[in-house]
Amino acid sequence: MIIDPVTLIVALITVSTPVLLAAIGELVVEKAGVLNLGVEGMMIMGAVCGFVTAHHTGSPLMAFVAGMGGAAALAMLFAVLTQLLMANQVASGLALTLFGLGLAALIGVGYGGLPVPPVSRPFPEALRDIPVAGPILFSHSTLTYVALILVAAVWYVLTRTRIGLILRAVGENHDAAHALGYKVVRIRILAILFGGACAGLGGAFLSVVRVQNWFEGMTAGAGWIALALVVFASWKPWRVLLGAWLFGGIAALQLRLQAVEVGVPVALLDASPYLVTILVLVIISSDRSRAALNAPAALGRVFHASS
Amino acid sequence: MTALLEIEGLTKAYPGVVANDAVSFSVQPGEVHALLGENGAGKSTLVKMIYGLVKPDRGAMRLRGAAYAPSEPRAARAAGVAMVFQHFSLFEALSVAENIALGMENPPKARDLAERIRSVSETYGLPLDPFRLVGDLSAGERQRVEIIRCLLQDPKLLIMDEPTSVLTPQEVEILFHTLRKLSSEGTAILYISHKLEEIRTLCDAATILRLGKKVGECTPREVTAAHMAELMVGKSLSVPARDDHEPGEVLLHVAGLSVTPASPFGMPLRHVGLEVRAGEVLGIGGVAGNGQDELLSALSGETPVSPGAITLQGQPVGHLGPNERRVLGLLCAPEERLGHAAAPDMSLTENAVLTGRIRQGLDAHGFVNWGKARGFAEAIIARFDVRTPGPGVAARALSGGNLQKFVIGREILQDPTVLVVNQPTWGVDASAAAAIRQALLDLAQGGAAVIVISQDLDELLEISDRFCALNEGRLSAPRPARGLTMEEIGLMLGGAHDMHDVAAGAGA
Repeated sequence: MIIDPVTLIVALITVSTPVLLAAIGELVVEKAGVLNLGVEGMMIMGAVCGFVTAHHTGSPLMAFVAGMGGAAALAMLFAVLTQLLMANQVASGLALTLFGLGLAALIGVGYGGLPVPPVSRPFPEALRDIPVAGPILFSHSTLTYVALILVAAVWYVLTRTRIGLILRAVGENHDAAHALGYKVVRIRILAILFGGACAGLGGAFLSVVRVQNWFEGMTAGAGWIALALVVFASWKPWRVLLGAWLFGGIAALQLRLQAVEVGVPVALLDASPYLVTILVLVIISSDRSRAALNAPAALGRVFHASS
Repeated sequence: MTALLEIEGLTKAYPGVVANDAVSFSVQPGEVHALLGENGAGKSTLVKMIYGLVKPDRGAMRLRGAAYAPSEPRAARAAGVAMVFQHFSLFEALSVAENIALGMENPPKARDLAERIRSVSETYGLPLDPFRLVGDLSAGERQRVEIIRCLLQDPKLLIMDEPTSVLTPQEVEILFHTLRKLSSEGTAILYISHKLEEIRTLCDAATILRLGKKVGECTPREVTAAHMAELMVGKSLSVPARDDHEPGEVLLHVAGLSVTPASPFGMPLRHVGLEVRAGEVLGIGGVAGNGQDELLSALSGETPVSPGAITLQGQPVGHLGPNERRVLGLLCAPEERLGHAAAPDMSLTENAVLTGRIRQGLDAHGFVNWGKARGFAEAIIARFDVRTPGPGVAARALSGGNLQKFVIGREILQDPTVLVVNQPTWGVDASAAAAIRQALLDLAQGGAAVIVISQDLDELLEISDRFCALNEGRLSAPRPARGLTMEEIGLMLGGAHDMHDVAAGAGA
């Protein structure tokens, strides 16, 4: 048995979508100078809220909105803790992940294995049947295309618009931004909420579209991968896409390698996407001064508006 | 003629301190008005109220006869008030044009903005390339970014907070030229400084603050600098005294010292060589960001270099860390008081242990002798007149001047062979600065070698035996400090060095 490259690429794009959504959200948060380590917790909240809503309403759209809302609510908690109460961002983010995992498990009790409605695909059957290009370009669910548009939109807003400039300025030097009269805390809270909504959308995609099921801990570290991707991408949106595809590609490939029973232990194959992510991160970070040039200078620093 | 800005009874109190106590003055259109006072006199708080960053507790302001109470900087800018900050409010990772756009209410499109930046910068003789990253600019160029950001708003009142502290004498000349041109066009300038000679050459009127209160006003051209100093400090100051003497043997020798910086916007050191002798003070001048921090960390041992690059009394020490160098008698006091020279949330006793542990024998077998440590801290406090309730107080709680006296005193009391200090009197009030300078001179008198890295040229001329300049990571040959003029020093510092750089950068 050989591995079909077309189905591999299709799988790659599906696997990478949740990570891509979460990472592009986190990129915006970090560009505003906030380090939210709670991505994993927000993703799984999105997954459970999306799944429960999809089951009850039968509407995937409602499910995605609920997923975004649930994760954004969790993000709001983080925003209040870190921006208004000046709590440490690292500790709050870790707590958020633990809290999210626990809360999601509680909400999802009894929902495992229940049916959810199928998701629509935007392109007609005829387009999907074109050989090679059809499955790769036109076979995905709407949300996959939304994720790609989101990457383009984030890139455009960050580099070409005034809002993006202000956001970057806040992440670069919050004292200077404050001195110029920009509302640092407000901008950061909005960025955190956006990041939460994106992570939640990624989680909802996972449970409602890709797996179409709910079980505890189903995000399986995707949130952490998303965090790593942002660093991997040196805070550049298009590189986040590249990184997400790299991670998705290896994840999809290793599943197929397991199926064809190559002589590599299954445990090692399972771990390979994470190992490759670590490896790439090490290589990327080896040039410290270049990585530091793109990093938001105020990342993770508590802003206190003194006179 | 109605005044442009009238201020009446402005009061602002913070917990434990009244920053401004019923301050009143007025600024005429086109006037260059100096706001004079020591650190902590309340100058910054006062202008922050005018710029809408701080709300006054009491008092009223009138701009062109109309009530003026800006709720935020945006409102102040809309009313025609612009401000150039003391610590630049710039974003290093953004370009000049992006930085300027951030300070404008309705910035034009990127290309038009670049055009306007070019035309304004040419009109006022402040060359600047809109597309360069601010992180790559010199301090003088960064200030131009701020000034042009203000000028694009067409302000009626321009506030400048200590604008010359980071400039070479030649750059100061260019700045004054620009300011005079602005004032002749009718823009009023509120000029904050504690440099008296500058104020005498530039300003039409001066308001003097001390401890938050207005203590006087004068026409700077008609009074002496000494008179203004007395108003400002409230007493007359003594100039540090020293005896003439012959320097002794070479204690510290540095040759071919090259260091790559740790941060992307740092300055590499290029083949720095110097030597200091016993009983001598070597002054190293230079505009901030020309390698001062890198030089200090190479001398202190924070950045290890090749063994032979630094020799202390003939012994190679370049590869040794700070503690090993302390054992041998090479001590350092870095510029940043909070977070580098002292741990902000630790007590003075604990901070005394951090560098004094080895030479003062404050620990044994891994245990700290707290009694002895406290004694050492108390000795520093008593000898250097550090105003604090006691050695148990956190370093953060001390005022800048008092903490600086403690940090410098801590090294001096350890009886160093060679002491290196960076910006010893930065942000320190005049009387504390005089005390620190005197202590450094006394140390040299006692046979130690002292290296003073500073941006304050007056300070260096006052206390150094020899002077050299640090410019873009290169150290000039030393010259005897006595008889050196400001003009010569300015050329040693690279003059207005970025003028041709900009032209080259724009052409590239």
